[in-house]
Amino acid sequence: MIEVKNINKSFNDISVLNDVSICFEEGKTNLIIGQSGSGKTVLLKCIVGLHEIDSGQILYDQNDFSRMNFKERKNIRKQIGMVFQGGALFDSASVEENILFPLNMFSDQSFEEKLERVHFCLKRVNIENASNKFPSELSGGMKKRVAIARAIALNPKYLFCDEPNSGLDPKTSILIDNLIKELTIEYNMTTIINTHDMNSVSEIGDRVIFIYQGNKYWEGSSQQIFKSDNEQLNDFVFASKLYKKIREIY
Amino acid sequence: MKFLFHLGQYALLMQKVFSKPEKKRLYFRQLLVELESLGLNSLGIVVVISVFMGAVITIQTGLNLENPFIPLYLIGYGTRDSMILEFSSTIVSLILAGKIGSNIASEIGTMRVTEQIDALEIMGVNSASYLIFPKILAAVISFPFLVIISIFIGIIGGWLGGCVLTDVLSTDAYIVGLRYYFVPYYITYSLIKTTLFAFIITSVSSYYGYYTEGGALEVGRSSTKAVVYSSVLILLFNLILTQLLLA
Ligand SMILES: Nc1ncnc2c1ncn2[C@@H]1O[C@H](COP(=O)(O)OP(=O)(O)O)[C@@H](O)[C@H]1O
Ligand SMILES: [Mg+2]
Repeated sequence: MIEVKNINKSFNDISVLNDVSICFEEGKTNLIIGQSGSGKTVLLKCIVGLHEIDSGQILYDQNDFSRMNFKERKNIRKQIGMVFQGGALFDSASVEENILFPLNMFSDQSFEEKLERVHFCLKRVNIENASNKFPSELSGGMKKRVAIARAIALNPKYLFCDEPNSGLDPKTSILIDNLIKELTIEYNMTTIINTHDMNSVSEIGDRVIFIYQGNKYWEGSSQQIFKSDNEQLNDFVFASKLYKKIREIY
Repeated sequence: MKFLFHLGQYALLMQKVFSKPEKKRLYFRQLLVELESLGLNSLGIVVVISVFMGAVITIQTGLNLENPFIPLYLIGYGTRDSMILEFSSTIVSLILAGKIGSNIASEIGTMRVTEQIDALEIMGVNSASYLIFPKILAAVISFPFLVIISIFIGIIGGWLGGCVLTDVLSTDAYIVGLRYYFVPYYITYSLIKTTLFAFIITSVSSYYGYYTEGGALEVGRSSTKAVVYSSVLILLFNLILTQLLLA
């Protein structure tokens, strides 16, 4: 479980997050939704410590991450897997080396054991045969799979995904979404996903948090979202004709 | 004001770069990669430049020596000392600032804007040290070798230009000139300069790459800045070091 309590974040005196408090549950896919520029990525990066927050608390299973030193944070980071928006695979390394990297950093296993783990992870995300390819040779969907494989290499307790299906076709998006959902249940992870894709919400959203201009406006389940009377949320949810039609049917 | 900001940020980055590495084996592998990409892969361009520079220095010195009372072997002497004092260290460093500086800034800048640096940090890696330290070390190790090679190739180029292609002077006279009044300290001076230039090029370019914000356009801008500022700093420190070491 990850608890975010009253966090504030600004860049050069421009406030990006305002007093945001959220509780992310274990074994659930927690979706953060909101328009582009609303502060989703900044929120995610604050939670993992890539941005320092101005005030507030971030608790990983009751441990206050925001007040930890580098070494203590490293212990938490061992348990964090993160899938970045573009995949953020290391260009100069093969798929296999990309997934070996976190294992080399954190694990004391022998090389053979690590390699076995790499291939297990690749198999889990269904791209066993790509292990010797380089990131530039992969399609968008494959890059995301490799990024997911790299994120789960260390059996993380916490999984963060920043727009995991941006730039993917609808079918691949759903496959990636479901992969993340399955992994969440399989490893009982606390999973936090940033998205602006309503399909993901209806497909895998156990819990949905709506961010609007750096404020938390709404939070609830993926069923409740279609019946909410929050104006900004409705603007976001029913932006497309398709979802307007869905509302009429409801 | 802005200058002070950059100086401070640069100092903080260097502090991160030179903090103690945790996984030494990973760094060693990076060092080998960088020795190849920064050192070995620069050999070709250094050889080409040095041959031409040596040849041109010799021919031009010959053309300008109209006074028949000045012995021709001084041309060989001139070529040798020009290569050692200025061309093989400063000019070669300026050219390498163009090649290596833009290469480093765009590599690290791309890693920044595609969040690869964030990914490293998440995996508990000190990204500044992991990415930058092997580059600085590789350049500081390999540049002195490049300079020594450049001096030799330049002298051979001088012979080709002055004695083979044209007949500015005879091979014998050229060799007499090469052996005339040799000051070993000039080599030391040249190597000290180069080592500092290697550090300037790699650290300044890494700095501009590391703090890139935005996208592909900004990566291009960082790489231009890296080349411009490392070149200017090379010229500035060339002046300072010459005052300190030779004057
Ligand atoms: N490093 C930064 N420096 C300054 N402003 C930033 C930085 N990162 C993000 N922002 C600003 O924060 C706001 C939220 O950005 P972001 O979290 O990336 O939005 P999104 O919800 O699309 O992920 C934007 O207005 C952006 O300009
Ligand atoms: Mg974003």
